[in-house]
Formats: sequence, structure tokens, C-alpha cells
Amino acid sequence: MADEAPFQFLHNEVIQYIYKSADSGDTEHGRNISTLESMGFRVGQGLIERLTKDTARFKDELDIMKFVCKDFWTCVFKKQIDNLRTNHQGIYVLQDNKFRLLSQLSAGKQYLEQAPKYLAFSCGLVRGALSNLGVKSIVTAEVSIMPACKFQIMIQKM
Amino acid sequence: MAVCIAVIAKENYPLYIRSLPTQNELKFHYTVHTSLDVVEEKISAVGKSLGDQRELYLGLLYPTEDYKVYGYVTNSKVKFVIVVDSSNTSLRDNEIRSMFRKLHNSFTDVMCNPFHNPGDTIQSKAFDGIVSGMMVQAA
Repeated sequence: MADEAPFQFLHNEVIQYIYKSADSGDTEHGRNISTLESMGFRVGQGLIERLTKDTARFKDELDIMKFVCKDFWTCVFKKQIDNLRTNHQGIYVLQDNKFRLLSQLSAGKQYLEQAPKYLAFSCGLVRGALSNLGVKSIVTAEVSIMPACKFQIMIQKM
Repeated sequence: MAVCIAVIAKENYPLYIRSLPTQNELKFHYTVHTSLDVVEEKISAVGKSLGDQRELYLGLLYPTEDYKVYGYVTNSKVKFVIVVDSSNTSLRDNEIRSMFRKLHNSFTDVMCNPFHNPGDTIQSKAFDGIVSGMMVQAA
């Protein structure tokens, strides 16, 4: 898949562009985040189609989550998820200790309040991937110390 | 060479159906629709045959007196159905598999097209071209 650097630069520029072209600046924070998230959603749908072209059919939800943690994450971010936790009732927490898209921003608490902008696209990516595999979910992300971050996936039972 | 090729979405509505124009098209639509039941049955038969590799190609779904119907399901639960003429006995399993491979590759390209919304009918000319290459040439 594409190299890391062009994707990171493009990602950062997309975020800047969306924020600059929003008319009322910071007050529309929520809408910008949703725009980024829905972009990620569409990309995730297409990407998962390409990635699962040759893999065997998934047995169950846990199988799908493991695929996301290993193959999907490796393909997009060149590394695997460091820790997967679940409560077996539809909540999964994916921990990445050195998230690629944040590692260039800071190595501690600096710029912590800017982090959500940079995670929105990735949340959408995961949500789109899961949605195309038949799993409806809500994905949120939180950062306490850069560049480690936690993605929380809540599966919605239909 | 196929007589009818169909792509069916996760929610079981057709994204793309193409059959030979000379024949009664409704009959093919009906055949594809009934084959969906067989596909569902094969997908959900996880418990009984764990030796089965859980692969994407489903094989011969069912034979009718004139036609044989083959199925393939992707990981995103999109189903491909190919109907071939029963009299065409020279078609081997491998050829059907490769037809499905080509269809899947072409479908993946369609999905990655930013102008295509998932869930819409497939309008891509490239996809049309691939399918035409696999259909029996009309007289």
C-alpha cells in the first residue's frame, strides 16, 4: 500500500483545509470532526473491500476485530494494535502505543487538545471498515499521553 | 461462458444483473432470486462442516434442467451469482473460480471509485466490459 509519509502529509493538509474552509472557524468544531469522520468512513469501506479480497470468511465478531487489529492496522499504519481488550458484550478497546499519525505532533502532553482532529479520520476509517463487514458500530478515540491512543468501539446490535 | 451474471448486495437487492438479451430475462431474475436462499444456507452452515475452509467460492448452488447456478460471497456479504448453460459441459470448476476472481477484482475497483456510493447500482463501464467478456456472445 502507499508509503507512510505522503499519506501523513495529505492527512494533515486535509485537516487544515477543512478547518480553514469552515466559515465560522472554531465554533463549528463538531461539524469539521464529522466531515473528517465521514471521509474516513467512505475510505474504510473501499479499503476493506480490497483487503478482504483474498482472506477466508470471518467466523464471528471477534475474528473481525482481530483482523482489524492485525492486518488492517498493519496495512494502513504499518504496525499492529498493541492491545485489544473486550468486555465480551460489544465493547472493544484498541490500544496503540505509538499511533503513527500522532507521533510527529508531540511526545507528551503538548498539543493534547488538538489531538481529536487528527483522530477523527482514523475513527471513521475503522467505522467504515466494520460497517462494510456487517458490523454496525460507534468508534471514538481518546488520548491521554501522545502518541499513545485508545480507540473504543461500541458494537450496535440491530 | 455465462448466460447470466448478477451481483447482489448485503441486503439482498441486486446491484447489477446482466443476462443474454435474447432470452426471457425475468426467468433469470427469478433463478438468481431463488439461488439467494441456497447462498444463505451455505453461509450459515458453519457448525456442521468446520473442515470446510470457509472460502469465498461457494460452488454449484443447484442445477435446474437447463442451467447450473454457481455462487460466491465476499467478506462484505456481497454475493456474485453466475448462471451457465447445462449443455456447456466443458466449463470446469477452475474456470468458474477464475471468473469469480475476475468479478471480485472488478467489483473491488468499483468500490474504490470515489464517485460510486456503496449500495448504488453499478454503473461502471469497466465492470460492464469485464462482464461482457464472460457472457456468451449473442448471435
